[in-house]
Amino acid sequence: MTSQSKGIEGNTSEFVTVEIEHQLFGLPIEQVEDVFMPEAITEVPLSNPEVAGVLNLRGRIVTAIDMRRRLGLNARKSDGPPMAVGIEYNGESYGLIIDKVGEVLQLGSNTYEKNPANLDIRWSSISAGVHRLDGHLLVLLDVERVLDLNSDRSNAA
Amino acid sequence: MDDLLSEFLTETTESLDEVDNELVKFEQEPSNGKILDNIFRLVHTIKGTCGFLGLPRLESLAHSAETLMGKYRDGATPTENGVSLILETIDRLKEILEQLEQAGTEPEGSDEDLISRLDAMSQEAIDSLEGTTAEPEAPAAEETKLERDLKPGEVSLDELEAAFLAAPGPEDEEAAGMVEPAAAADEPAPEVEDFSLEEEAEPALELEAEPVAAAPEIKPPALKAAPANKDEAKAKEGSAVKAQTIRVNVETLEQLMTMVSELVLTRNQLLEMVRRLDDSEFKVPLQRLSNVTAELQEGVMKTRMQPIGNAWQKLPRIVRDLSKELDKKINLEMIGAETELDRQVLDQIKDPLTHMVRNSGDHGLETTAGRLQAGKSEEGNITLSAYHEGGHIIIKIQDDGQGLPTEKIKAKVLANGIVTEAELAEMSENQIHKMIFHAGLSTADKVTNVSGRGVGMDVVRTNIELIGGTIDLTSVEGQGTTFIIKIPLTLAIVSALIVESSGQRFAIPQLAVVELVKSHAKAEHRIEMINDSPVLRLRNKLLPVISLSKLLGHENPKPMCRQQVIDQQTEETEDGADSEVAQKAASLAADPSVFVVVVQIGGQTFGIVVDAVFHTEEIVVKPMSSMLREITMFSGNTILGDGSVILIVDPNGIAQAVAHERGGVSEVSQQDASSTADLIHQDEKTALLVFKAGNSELKAVPLSLVTRLEEIDVTSIEKSNQRDLVQYRGKLMPLVYINEHLTHKEDGLQPILVFADETHSMGLVVDEIVDIVDDRLSVEISSDVPGIVGSAVVKGKATEIIDVGYYLPKAFDDWLEKRDIPNPLQRELKLLLVDDSSFFRNMLSPLLSSAGYKVTMVESASDALLLKDAGEKFDVIVSDIEMPNMDGITFAEHLKGDGSWGQTPIIALSSHTNPDVIARGRQAGFRDYIAKFDREGLIECIRECKPVHEQEAAA
Repeated sequence: MTSQSKGIEGNTSEFVTVEIEHQLFGLPIEQVEDVFMPEAITEVPLSNPEVAGVLNLRGRIVTAIDMRRRLGLNARKSDGPPMAVGIEYNGESYGLIIDKVGEVLQLGSNTYEKNPANLDIRWSSISAGVHRLDGHLLVLLDVERVLDLNSDRSNAA
Repeated sequence: MDDLLSEFLTETTESLDEVDNELVKFEQEPSNGKILDNIFRLVHTIKGTCGFLGLPRLESLAHSAETLMGKYRDGATPTENGVSLILETIDRLKEILEQLEQAGTEPEGSDEDLISRLDAMSQEAIDSLEGTTAEPEAPAAEETKLERDLKPGEVSLDELEAAFLAAPGPEDEEAAGMVEPAAAADEPAPEVEDFSLEEEAEPALELEAEPVAAAPEIKPPALKAAPANKDEAKAKEGSAVKAQTIRVNVETLEQLMTMVSELVLTRNQLLEMVRRLDDSEFKVPLQRLSNVTAELQEGVMKTRMQPIGNAWQKLPRIVRDLSKELDKKINLEMIGAETELDRQVLDQIKDPLTHMVRNSGDHGLETTAGRLQAGKSEEGNITLSAYHEGGHIIIKIQDDGQGLPTEKIKAKVLANGIVTEAELAEMSENQIHKMIFHAGLSTADKVTNVSGRGVGMDVVRTNIELIGGTIDLTSVEGQGTTFIIKIPLTLAIVSALIVESSGQRFAIPQLAVVELVKSHAKAEHRIEMINDSPVLRLRNKLLPVISLSKLLGHENPKPMCRQQVIDQQTEETEDGADSEVAQKAASLAADPSVFVVVVQIGGQTFGIVVDAVFHTEEIVVKPMSSMLREITMFSGNTILGDGSVILIVDPNGIAQAVAHERGGVSEVSQQDASSTADLIHQDEKTALLVFKAGNSELKAVPLSLVTRLEEIDVTSIEKSNQRDLVQYRGKLMPLVYINEHLTHKEDGLQPILVFADETHSMGLVVDEIVDIVDDRLSVEISSDVPGIVGSAVVKGKATEIIDVGYYLPKAFDDWLEKRDIPNPLQRELKLLLVDDSSFFRNMLSPLLSSAGYKVTMVESASDALLLKDAGEKFDVIVSDIEMPNMDGITFAEHLKGDGSWGQTPIIALSSHTNPDVIARGRQAGFRDYIAKFDREGLIECIRECKPVHEQEAAA
C-alpha cells in the first residue's frame, strides 16, 4: 500500500509478490495463508513431476508444488534456501515452492493487461494476466489453475 | 426440523427396529407375555407421541396395530397372518417416518387398506376370543375401544403400566400436559389414562370410564412397592441407564477424534525428541502426558464404539421374511452381539452382512425337502457370531446348508472366461470356492428376488476390503459354508510397519502383513526368477514377490537374494533388536539383503520386497491430497513421530499391480542369460508363442520378443487421438491390432502381448493365446502380406510368423528412431548384423535399432567382408555362428588380424551354448557369446562393448 501508491486507479487489489528465475509473480493476498521454508519434503513416487512432495507444516500435511517445474524451468542453482507460499484451496493445504518472496503490492486495473499472445502455453495456462510495473513486469498466477495439474497436461498435449 | 420432531424420529426408528425383532421372537413363542407387553408398550408410545405431534397417519396406523396386539394380549391366539400384518404396518410406519424425516411433514396418503385389514384381523381375534372364553379371568369384550381397558385387573397390563411409569420418555412428559385434546378426538381412554398417570393427575383419571378407574388403585402400590417382577426391574434399570445417556452429535465425536489424533501425533513427536536426550527433566511429566493421552484416546475411541448387534438388528426380520418367501425353515442364531467396534466400520459392514445372511438363507440352505432328504433337521441354521481378536473383530456367518457347489462354480468361471481350464486344474477346492468373490459370478440357477443377480459377493468383498478388512470362506459340500470376515476395530488409527525402499520410508498397514522374511545371500532358499517375475520359496510354496521400488518407479532395486524367516511375532516383540538387524544389514553393502513383507489381501498372498524394515508405529491415517489421490499405490499419508511425512502403502493397490503382473504366463521359463551354460540345447529350437488374432489361422511370434502377456479389461481401453490406449503401469500404452478390421470385444478380458523396451511399450491385441511350443522354426513360405514374415510349420500346423518389426512403428512412430534421447552417446553407433536367416534379421533389426543403433544387415559373412573391403566401419558386429559357406567362427578368425576391423568387438549369436563352443568362439575372437533369443542379453552385451571401443578409439 505504501510502496507503490502512485498512479493507482480503478479497482485495486493486493498481491503477494514472489520471484522465480528472476521473474516477478503475483498471488492474490487473500489466497495466501502463510510463507514458510519448506523442509523435509517427502517425495511422492508416481506423482506428477510438478509435485515436489508432501511436508509437515505445523501438524498439517501440505502438498508442495515445484513452481519451477510447473513453469517448465530448470532446477534452481542453489543460492539461498527456497521459500514456499502456503495456499488453502478446497479445504486442502498446498505449498508453492518459489525462489524468493517479495513485498506486498497494491495494484490497480490501470496497469493490468491480458496475457500476451506469444506467452509460452505453460505460462499462459496458469497466468491470469500481467501487470506493467516500473522497470519490470509482474505475472499474475491463477491459483486454481496452478493447482490443476491434470487439465494443464491435456492442454499441453 | 424442530428438535422435538427430530428426537421423535430417532427414538421411534429405534423403537420400530425393536418391535420388528420382538415380533419375530413373539411369533416363535406366542405364549411369552413379556414379549407381547414390550411390543405393546413400544407401539403404544409411538402412537401417543404421534398424536401429540399431530401426525394423524402414523397415529391411526399405530392405533390399529395396537388394537390388534391388544387382542393377542387378551388371549387371542396370534396367527401368522396377524403377525405379518403387524410387520407390514411397521414397515409402513417406517416408510412414513422416512418421508417425514426428509420433508419435515407427514406425507399425503391413505392407510385405509392396512387399517381395514388390521381392524378385520382384530375382529377375527375377538371372535376367536369369544370362542375361547373358557379362560376364567378373560372377560368378554364389550366394545372394541374399551376392550383392552377391561383387563387392567390382569397382571400384564399392570406390569405394562408400571413400566410406563418407570420409564417416562421425554416426549411423554411433555405430551402429558397437552394430550387430552388430541387424544379426546380419537380414542380417549388409553391415551388419557397413560399420560395422566405420569402426571399423576388424579382428576383426569376420574374422568375415565369405570373399568379404567380400577387401574390406578392397583398401580400406585405396584409402583411404590419393591419391584416384584422382572419386567419392572428391567424397566427401572432401563430408565436408570437412560438417565445417564446423552445423545451427542456424530460430528462432534468425529471432531473430538481428530483432535485426539493430533494429540497422539504431537505426543509421539515429543517422545521422540526426549528419547534422544539422555537425562531430561521432561521425561517424567512427558510420561504422564503420554499415559493420559493414551487413556484419552481410548476413551474417545470408546465413544465411537457400538455393539455390532446394532448392525444385526434388522437381520431377524429379514430372515423371517426370507423364510416365508422361500418356504424354508430358518433359525438365526446371533452370538456376541455385544462385541463393540467403531461406528464408522459398523456402518460399512451393515450392508455386506445383510447381503451375506440373505445369501446363506437363499443359496446356502437347502429347501426343507432337500434337508430332509440329506438327513438333516428340517430347520436350517444360520449362525452369526462376532468376537475380538487382536485389533480386529472377527465375524463369522455360518450355515449348515449344502455348501458351495464346486462343479457349478467351475463351469461358471469357465463359461464366463474368468480363468482357463488349465488354470482351473491347478486350483485347490478352496481357491475355486473363492471365485465367488469374483465380479459377475452368481451360482444361483435362477435369479430370485433375494439374491442371484451376480453382483453380490464381489461387492461384499470390495466393501470389506475398503475398510481394510479381509474375507475368507470355508465350505464343505453337503455340510455348509462359513464366511469369515476380519475387520479392524477402527479406521482412524492403524498400526503400521515402517519400511525403507530406495532410500525412502513407507508405512505398510500391519493389518495386511502376515509375516516378514529376510532374504540374504547365505540362506539356502532364494528369490528366484521365472521369466521376469520374481518368486519366493516359502515353506514349500511359491509366493509371487514384487519390489516396492520397482512398483514406485524407482530404478535399480537391490538384487534379490536368499531368505531367512523371521516370524512376525518376534518382529513385533523385538522391535529394537530387529531394527538393529535391519541397520546392520543396510550397512553391509557387500551383503545385499532385502526384506520381503508377506501380505495377504483377500485370497491373494504375495511378498513386497523392501530394502529395510524398521519398527511398527501407530499412525493416524490422513487422506492423500486430492491431487495425489489417483495414485493407487498409496492409501494416505501421516506424520511420524520425528515430524516427517510418510506415505502409507495401500496393499490393495499393490495387490492389483501384482495381479496385473501375474496375468502373464509366468510358467514359461526362458533361457536365462546368466545360466545359459547349464542348458542343454537341442537343434535350433525356439520357444514360440502361438496365438489367434483376426482370423482362425494360427499365428506365432518368438516368445523371447514378448516382454509379457497381459489380460486387460476391455472397458479399460481408452481412445485418444484415434488410437486405442490402455493405462499400463502408470503409463499409457498404445494398443495395436493385428488386423484393423477385426471386431473388438465389447466386454470381458482381452489378452494382449506386450512388447517393451526401456521407454516404450506396446500392446498387440490378440484374440486368444493358444499355446507356447518349443519347435524348430523354419519359415517355409515367405509372405507378401505386411506384418507377416511367412508361414512355418509349428507343431505340425501351418502357422503365420508375425513380424513384430512391422507393428512396433504403428504404436510409436519414433520407436525405431529418436533413440538419442535416453542415450545420447549411442547416437552414432553403427552395428553390423550378419545372419543368414532373414527371419532373425527382421526380428533383430528393429530391436537393435530401438536400442539406439544404426543397423546394417548382411546375409552372409562374405557379404560382410565385402563391406569391410569397401571401407565401411562399424562399432559392433553381431554375427550368427551357423551359416552356410563361411560360418561365424571362420568369419571371426578372418577379422582377427585385420587392420580396419580387427579391433571391432564381435559378438556371437547362436543357440549352441555349450562351454566347448564358447571356448572355441572366444579363441576365434568373439568377445561374447549370446543365446539367439536372449535379446536383453544381446543388448546388454553390445552396451558393454561400447566403452571399450571408445577407449580404444580415444587412445
